[in-house]
Amino acid sequence: MSPRPDPTAVLQRSSRWSDRSFRLLCLAGASTIFVLLLLVAYQLYHGSHLARAQFGWKFLVGSTWDPVDEVYGALPFIYGTFVSSAIALLIAVPLSVGTAIYLTELAPVRLRQPLVSVIEMLAAVPSVIWGLWGIFVLVPFLRVSVYPVLQHRLGFLPLFQGPIYGIGLLTGGIIVAIMILPIVTSVSREVLRSVPDLQREAAYGLGATRWEVTRIAVLSYARRGLMGAAVLGLGRALGETMAVTMVIGNSSDIAKSLFAPGYTLASVIANEFTEATTDMYLSALFELGLVLLGLTIIINIIAQIMIRAISSKETRRVA
Amino acid sequence: MTVTSNHYLRRSKNLLMNALSVACAVLVISPLGLILFYLVRQGVTALNWDFFTHLPAPVGQTGGGMGNAITGTLKLLALASVVGVPVGILGGAYLSEYGGDRINDWIRFWADVLNGVPSIVWGMVAYALAVVPFKTFSAYSGGLALGFIMIPLVLRTTEEVLVLVPRSYREAALALGLPQWKMIARIVLPTALKGIITGVLLAMGRVAGETAPLLFTAFGNSHWSHSLAEPIAALPLQIFAYAISPYDDWHRQAWAGALVLILLVFALSAGVRLLAGERKKP
Repeated sequence: MSPRPDPTAVLQRSSRWSDRSFRLLCLAGASTIFVLLLLVAYQLYHGSHLARAQFGWKFLVGSTWDPVDEVYGALPFIYGTFVSSAIALLIAVPLSVGTAIYLTELAPVRLRQPLVSVIEMLAAVPSVIWGLWGIFVLVPFLRVSVYPVLQHRLGFLPLFQGPIYGIGLLTGGIIVAIMILPIVTSVSREVLRSVPDLQREAAYGLGATRWEVTRIAVLSYARRGLMGAAVLGLGRALGETMAVTMVIGNSSDIAKSLFAPGYTLASVIANEFTEATTDMYLSALFELGLVLLGLTIIINIIAQIMIRAISSKETRRVA
Repeated sequence: MTVTSNHYLRRSKNLLMNALSVACAVLVISPLGLILFYLVRQGVTALNWDFFTHLPAPVGQTGGGMGNAITGTLKLLALASVVGVPVGILGGAYLSEYGGDRINDWIRFWADVLNGVPSIVWGMVAYALAVVPFKTFSAYSGGLALGFIMIPLVLRTTEEVLVLVPRSYREAALALGLPQWKMIARIVLPTALKGIITGVLLAMGRVAGETAPLLFTAFGNSHWSHSLAEPIAALPLQIFAYAISPYDDWHRQAWAGALVLILLVFALSAGVRLLAGERKKP
């Protein structure tokens, strides 16, 4: 009598096969993250080979961007990107941290969730709409009401000299500041929330006022995480494209004045990519993309490490 | 210094800092009020039925609409979801159901880093992958660029909701003899369906307003597109083009387009809140 095939064994074999393929499918989905990372790096590296071969490292320090004579240097855009991002951080970080303190330490509990929802809505406003608002509302307002006063008071500094157009580096920085406020605020809020209540109670117990509690128990504890939030904001600021393109003036001269028009890495790509008529021109734009990618990846790695450090410290404490 | 004066100093410093933090909150929130005010004030005047159904009017003529841009944006969102949603959900399922702690940490970390890559860079990648080989701008390439942006977003939110599915559900399913893959596909994913949809809507809301990655992929089109292999109009592109144009009538149209776009984005996030609210109730 031949042994009958065991039906469960057949079932097991087929389910083992489908289990394994489903697992592989999911793994493929998860590894897409690494595939995307390699893909983006490879495409930009490959796309920029002409410019890299022609200009080498001088590309990064060259201050001439002349598509007619095919001379390309990225310095004006790197400068514009950093100046506008620095302005954005100077404005956005104090405001965001202040708001995060209000949301975690001061606001009535009933008000907190609605305020957080409002900030989420703020984060959802598309860049191009900020740009539109920037062109027609912010720029005229700054040109007429703010910049002349600023120049009158601080005109002895080279930063605030020269003609006022309304559009320019400072305006670009201000619009980027508005756009990174929500993310810096919400990450700062998460960081402050992860400060254990025990810290606060201890400080209150010593008779500290609310501000002293915030300063001694909360802010000093959360300093690294808040810096992480700021660095994350920097990452977003560097890559901000449309709104900046619409208000920064798009001039590839390196100007000392913050009122002068400038240009950022992202906005030169946005403006000139479809106009790039020669291979070298396109390749140079790809290299700008590569610089932008490298900067944002490094900045984001630093930010994630800093933010993670504080949350894992928290979980360890709880555990 | 006496104790009392020190006390008053501390009290007033406390009040000052509290007032400052309230001022910060007001300043942070005020741009939202400002932008909504201007969008409604400037946008409503140009909004009418024609705006949703007609093509853009040629220069010099008033009227016309953004019908092609609105349908274009919807098509691009659909294409982006085809790219981003399945990959994101499968990846999220891997993190929650299979992966070890070490590899999961890596994937989460790099997903968050990818999230910070500027959207215009994804446009360049999609250009190299889908525009150069076919020698034409197309809806496909635009959808691909937006899909790339969606992948890490969907992956992270999917994982977050899948780990909320109670362990006992999984154990019950396995105890009944379901193979693991069926357990995931038939029990875990459907249980978390609302949460997954929430994540997908969030990601769609994020890419719906993206302009930079479409500039040299979808490219824009002032006519109706008949094929996804052609350049296609998109609402954010149209707003951009009109905003930087020198014509007053186009500026009006840009405001109207911006109003429609923000309503679309807010509708997506309202859907999110609705689903999330329902999920919390039981």
